[in-house]
Amino acid sequence: MSINALNEPEVFVVADNILSPLGKTTAENFAKLKENISGVREHSDPAISPLPFFASLFNKDEQFVKADEHNYTKFEQLLIASIADALNGSGVDVRDKKTVLVISSTKGNISLLENETISNELKHRISLSTSAKLIAEHFGFQNQPIVVSNACISGVLGVVTATRLLRSNQYENAVVAGADVISKFIMSGFESFKALSAGPCKPFDKEHDGLNLGEGAGTIILSTNHKYAQNIKVKGGSVSNDANHISGPSRTGQELADAIKNALTEANFTAGDIDFISAHGTATVYNDEMEANAIAISGLQKVPLNSLKGFYGHTLGAAGLIESIISIQSLKQALVIPTIGFTEAANPDKVNVFTAPIRLKANNFLKTASGFGGCNAAVIFGK
Amino acid sequence: MLTEKYITGFCSINNGIVAKDGVNIFAHENDLSGFLLSAYQHLQLTYPKFYKMDNLSKLGWLAAEFLLKDTFNKHEYQPEETGVILANANSSLDDDVKYWESIKDVASPSLFVYTLPNIVIGEICIRNNFKGEQALYIQPEFDAQFIAQQVNYLLDKNVMQSCICGWVDVFEQEYKAILFLVEKKKTDTSVVFSAENMDKIFNNNKLR
Repeated sequence: MSINALNEPEVFVVADNILSPLGKTTAENFAKLKENISGVREHSDPAISPLPFFASLFNKDEQFVKADEHNYTKFEQLLIASIADALNGSGVDVRDKKTVLVISSTKGNISLLENETISNELKHRISLSTSAKLIAEHFGFQNQPIVVSNACISGVLGVVTATRLLRSNQYENAVVAGADVISKFIMSGFESFKALSAGPCKPFDKEHDGLNLGEGAGTIILSTNHKYAQNIKVKGGSVSNDANHISGPSRTGQELADAIKNALTEANFTAGDIDFISAHGTATVYNDEMEANAIAISGLQKVPLNSLKGFYGHTLGAAGLIESIISIQSLKQALVIPTIGFTEAANPDKVNVFTAPIRLKANNFLKTASGFGGCNAAVIFGK
Repeated sequence: MLTEKYITGFCSINNGIVAKDGVNIFAHENDLSGFLLSAYQHLQLTYPKFYKMDNLSKLGWLAAEFLLKDTFNKHEYQPEETGVILANANSSLDDDVKYWESIKDVASPSLFVYTLPNIVIGEICIRNNFKGEQALYIQPEFDAQFIAQQVNYLLDKNVMQSCICGWVDVFEQEYKAILFLVEKKKTDTSVVFSAENMDKIFNNNKLR
């Protein structure tokens, strides 16, 4: 253990929630994944895309909050519902000055731009700070919320940021929540990049040909309070930049490997301590290859690895949270979820992707994420 | 014992003026795009990527150029030892509006990629080969306390040895960038790295 770490409190996972098209609680979601049920299906919605597309979306008429809370946008409703469920019975007091709210999102309320021309009011309403403030006020958080918006690593970076706040004793509890909503703005952008698959995505498969988008929210509550000492912990986390290209990943994967190395160092682990990996695995050729390289550089090529994008699509700022929460369930239930959509490996020497659930008494897992701007993130959870 | 950290340089771009360490070094009256272009030309560089950037990236990239010039010795650090931790209020809204306008015709991937506020960090990292920690936070106003806490944590733990941190915000013709270079060494002009000192510098610039 390093000298610095001696003074640092451990960070425990108190409670969590996944709100997705597959279910409104973590338990509902994990049950669906165990049954191999995906939220991704074909949609025809001209409001989102002129052509049919595959994505994991909520039903249009789906309600997330009580009727008197409908002045919140869909993005905010998802966060409110997810946070409320995670808080329920957690024992964490949001009104305590020692509790902080961290919100992660890639595009937040961007869909508001689609129906109105820009004005000062709209500029204010669309701001992630406005949403964070509304959500903080809804629950009664006392501190100014922290907002992370760092492309597709936002969810993992939210956990990493919160962990650093707790480790340096700024707060005792952190409620980390992430969400994104899919609208024409986002869909058209990924279409323009030709990043979307024409069918259900196939992460790490020989025939991977693009991603599916997905909607959802995830919440993880963290605490340094020792009453949670038996819970799963955040062991370490780190972030890096490729310094290569704003819309293409590293050629080598070295920079994601650097983030993994730093996360392992913080956890006081070696590669051998990682029992399984929840990869970003968007199913774009560029992402999967870069990630496979990084996993191999890290000496993790034999470790069972999944991508959950086949179940959820790419849920952007929620992805890091949703996928971490499923993996936390895997630790608790000794059952690692396979990669739906995968049959034959594109990089069999670099990643160990599997097609059926694995019974595994795992102690620790690694979660990775990468995104536009050349950003990479890694976080390790463990018992 | 924790290492002392110092602000070894700072750069502001605001109200048509570029200032380095509190001294005005370039001024130009123009709209934002014209001002950013003339500031770029003032540097007498050849960096074609600059022309492709949105205004947020141009602003942050320029602030980093002026900040690092003659101050930062990149040979003192490994690429992964320097981090970039930024915040702003308007995210990428300036480019979001332009992208949304564009899709009425045909959606432009070159505009879409800038609809993420962290791309400015990517541009600074590409230019300087910085591969360390990075983060983009959205704040209603510059929260020096929070930024100082995150930067201190990473420097104290030796995850980073140096860091560019601060504020880069653009919406239409309103803009402001203030970047701080933080290192673990004292120089003739450095001040101790603290939220108070960042706030002082940030607010002085606001008055100018």
